Amino acid sequence: MKITPADLEAIRGRMEPLLAPRSDHREDAGRGKRLDLLVCAGTGCVSNNSLKVKTALEKELEKHQLQDDIRVITTGCNGFCANGPIVVVKPDDIFYQLLTEEDVPHLVEEHFLKGRPVERLMYRLAENDAPIPRMREIPFFGKQQLIALANRGLVDPENIDEYIGLGGYRALAKALTGMTPEAVIQEIKASGLRGRGGAGFPTGRKWEFCRNAPGEEKYIICNADEGDPGAFMDRSIVESDPHALLEGMLIGARAIGARHGFIYIRGEYPLALERLTQAIEQAHDYGLLGEDILGTGFSFEITVSKGAGAFVCGEETSLIGSLEGKLPEPRVRPPFPAQSGYMGKPTNINNVETWANVPHIINRGAAWFSSIGTESSKGTKVFSLVGKVVNTGLVEVPMGISMREIVFDIGGGIPDGKKFKAVQTGGPSGGCIPESLLDTPVDYESLAQAGSIMGSGGMIVMDENNCMVEVARYFVSFTQEESCGKCSPCREGTWHMKNILTDITEGKGREGDLELLEKMGRLIKDTALCGLGNTAPNPVLTTIRYFREEYEAHIRDKRCPAGVCKALIRYLIDPEKCTGCQACFKNCPVNCIAGERKKVHVIDQSRCIKCGMCHSVCNFDAVRIE
Amino acid sequence: MEQAEKIQSIVERYSSGKSSLIAVMQDVAQEFGYLPEEVLQDVARRIEVPISTFYSLATFYKSFRLEPIGRKHVCVCVGTACHVRGAERVVDTLERELQIRAGETTKDGNYTLETVNCLGACALGPLVTVNGEYFGKIDQKKTARLLKQLRSQVEADGGEAGAADGGAS
Amino acid sequence: MARITIDGKSLEFGEELTVLEAARGLKIKIPTLCYNEYMTPYGGCRICLVEAAAGAAPDRRRLIAACSAPAEDGMVVVTDSQRVLEARRFIAELLLSRCPDSEAIRTMAREMGVEPGSQNLDAVGHYLLERAPERRETNCILCGLCVRVCQQIPQRFALSFKDRGIVRTVTPPFEKAAEACVGCGSCAYVCPTRTITVEEAG
Repeated sequence: MKITPADLEAIRGRMEPLLAPRSDHREDAGRGKRLDLLVCAGTGCVSNNSLKVKTALEKELEKHQLQDDIRVITTGCNGFCANGPIVVVKPDDIFYQLLTEEDVPHLVEEHFLKGRPVERLMYRLAENDAPIPRMREIPFFGKQQLIALANRGLVDPENIDEYIGLGGYRALAKALTGMTPEAVIQEIKASGLRGRGGAGFPTGRKWEFCRNAPGEEKYIICNADEGDPGAFMDRSIVESDPHALLEGMLIGARAIGARHGFIYIRGEYPLALERLTQAIEQAHDYGLLGEDILGTGFSFEITVSKGAGAFVCGEETSLIGSLEGKLPEPRVRPPFPAQSGYMGKPTNINNVETWANVPHIINRGAAWFSSIGTESSKGTKVFSLVGKVVNTGLVEVPMGISMREIVFDIGGGIPDGKKFKAVQTGGPSGGCIPESLLDTPVDYESLAQAGSIMGSGGMIVMDENNCMVEVARYFVSFTQEESCGKCSPCREGTWHMKNILTDITEGKGREGDLELLEKMGRLIKDTALCGLGNTAPNPVLTTIRYFREEYEAHIRDKRCPAGVCKALIRYLIDPEKCTGCQACFKNCPVNCIAGERKKVHVIDQSRCIKCGMCHSVCNFDAVRIE
Repeated sequence: MEQAEKIQSIVERYSSGKSSLIAVMQDVAQEFGYLPEEVLQDVARRIEVPISTFYSLATFYKSFRLEPIGRKHVCVCVGTACHVRGAERVVDTLERELQIRAGETTKDGNYTLETVNCLGACALGPLVTVNGEYFGKIDQKKTARLLKQLRSQVEADGGEAGAADGGAS
Repeated sequence: MARITIDGKSLEFGEELTVLEAARGLKIKIPTLCYNEYMTPYGGCRICLVEAAAGAAPDRRRLIAACSAPAEDGMVVVTDSQRVLEARRFIAELLLSRCPDSEAIRTMAREMGVEPGSQNLDAVGHYLLERAPERRETNCILCGLCVRVCQQIPQRFALSFKDRGIVRTVTPPFEKAAEACVGCGSCAYVCPTRTITVEEAG
């Protein structure tokens, strides 16, 4: 049934009472009114059995005849995956985490029948174990500012009516009926939106280049390849709010003059792919995709392509090559895709998050968007804050916020009382920010000055037990494995860098190796064909810049201060702490631990393979690494 | 359905020729478990694209296999977030226990071990998937337990039991 | 008419031209390996790197592959700056490290002052030619000329790349003699390191 803008408003009106509990403006919360239980069904929570929790909730509510007053809705990724399964009770905004099926009967009885929210299932602050009932009071959530992720955890991504009910496709209607394509581009330009995929190129200008390129046949592409390891922003957007992406692309297509678009999504994201496919189908059913959209004569189709496991496909010319059925090898630019892209036609590629910002800018205006952030970096950015941090998950914050605030106020700092060491931004193309630079504002220019890049948003926090030399080796191994092999500097150069770093982690480093790595790194950056090669040396160069002493310990003293590099550490059993429980003895894969029950155990260093199993199984902290 | 029919139905799904080569191969892999040579040759003939094109694409992308996959497809995520939490140790443990390197399949055809560059479930790291099922927050202790579970499943399914039969194929 | 300046010499041009073609028009030598005038350029070996925007501020200057860079009006290019020579030496060292037995690579490297065991190797050259793992399995530099020629001239598509990155090789499909091969020998003819040979197969 093809809808008109008037139909959109009608759907909105129809959905309003249904969505009322989730609206921010309701003051008369609770008091016997309807409740919505928002069960997170993102990849993380689903693999932690959130769907079983959902079923249990539905059954239990039915048992108590509550199903008419309390609805159970599945939403997309809340971005707080380590604490899943998550259920948010609206309109009270009560946040429950780590739920199991077994918790459900008690929860239903206490909270929904007796009106007593269950503290045991709430989020607790690490310092004082105090429960925080309301989601917006949990620092992780409260300090975020959601634009691209505005609907996450609120909307059922599998129901287009909910998206419309929350204001969705209003921007599209405005762009199609109330604005010219040029006006749309001006608005995006004025907003200051920059590419969120990593390069940070001004989006409005990019659209303009494509619009102005000669030729009638144009294409737009959404890069959902999200290859940076440790980053899952795009996965989350697609899983929790796929229509935001579609709406952004529709508006962009109209502005640029494209009739066909591609979404290139990583093969490793099956759930996101499923939600996306379903959203496209539903949009089609309403005539929001296809011919004569909203009766305006504008037509647009989307094809979804699934990646097959190649990081280089995140590079725009490789991505285009892949869509053309060729080997995804980067191409020389110029010509840029805006002039000659897919099948030689003008093509505009943007990242998922960039597209998702577009409807908001059209709805609320460029002035509003550019009031957030800094002079050069407007708006917000979604980061995946992961690694050695208490609150791991997705955070959307205004540009310009300090790294310290993200890691400590929102992230809750480093767990287990460990000390912060560095935070890596920009994935394998980026660099690490040490403690001395924690007050660096997070924006494109400041991060570049510190030697790193914004990248797609991965933020990996490391503590004193991470070895920065090993981290550098890891990143170069990654880019080396993902190198397409076309150009000699990347193919050969990263392999050599990996070998040199591996040697250093094995105690075979030599005096002068740091200068060698720095020189080779600069040469590779200068001569490689594409962004993968150009940036591959960055993690090495920044770790040498900020952690030179750590490298020198490996090279000169054959020592790994963080206790990580296997060849340079030993596992020792502390005779004071060993209780003779035999756990290590039983689990040692090479049987190199000697000891009888209740007697101190000893590791035979000559046969120890440094697998770390003993350290892992010991419950008495008796295995030391030195 | 006969093999030829299966192949034809896959080919017919995609009308846009060259730009669907990856999608065609993904469907073939879905249907046959991997990319058998004679199937690719057949597809190449039907779509009228040189077999060398398929071959270069099939060997370029990590997710395509030209050899059959083991009963248990064990993938360890080695993305950065999982890595800083010790994913390498998990890989080491699995390589040692199964007696194969990542990327290989055991001789008995029971296990294929792979590393994957980020499944996007970073907050659950380290992460292992077995035939698509996610096992999060895994460490060496849990890996040992998971292996035990898998071994008894394989035995129950009639596969050869134990690490003694491991080793790369 | 557009104008490009290379090493101080100017060329006016009307049709589409690459920087390499413009240089040849000006009788300026730029080394190449993966380039062949009868096929589409590849831009992979990077030995033909030259510096563009040479007169501009440092952060605007960049290295571009002459074989595939379109010549643009007002472009200023140098082929012999310190930066270019260092880059060229680096590429030569990388390739020599990969194929120490290749006569063609040894000759080209020598012309750039790169000689294994010589005193004027810097830290990078020393590592690549003296310390790096020894590799002698092949003289193939993965320039792709054989693949491209088979695709573009006899158009038989008998050869392609297999795998990616450092383990990449060139091979007929499934590493067996290709049915599509007609034995024209073009691949052997264009190979810059004489790695490919064509044999009778009965």
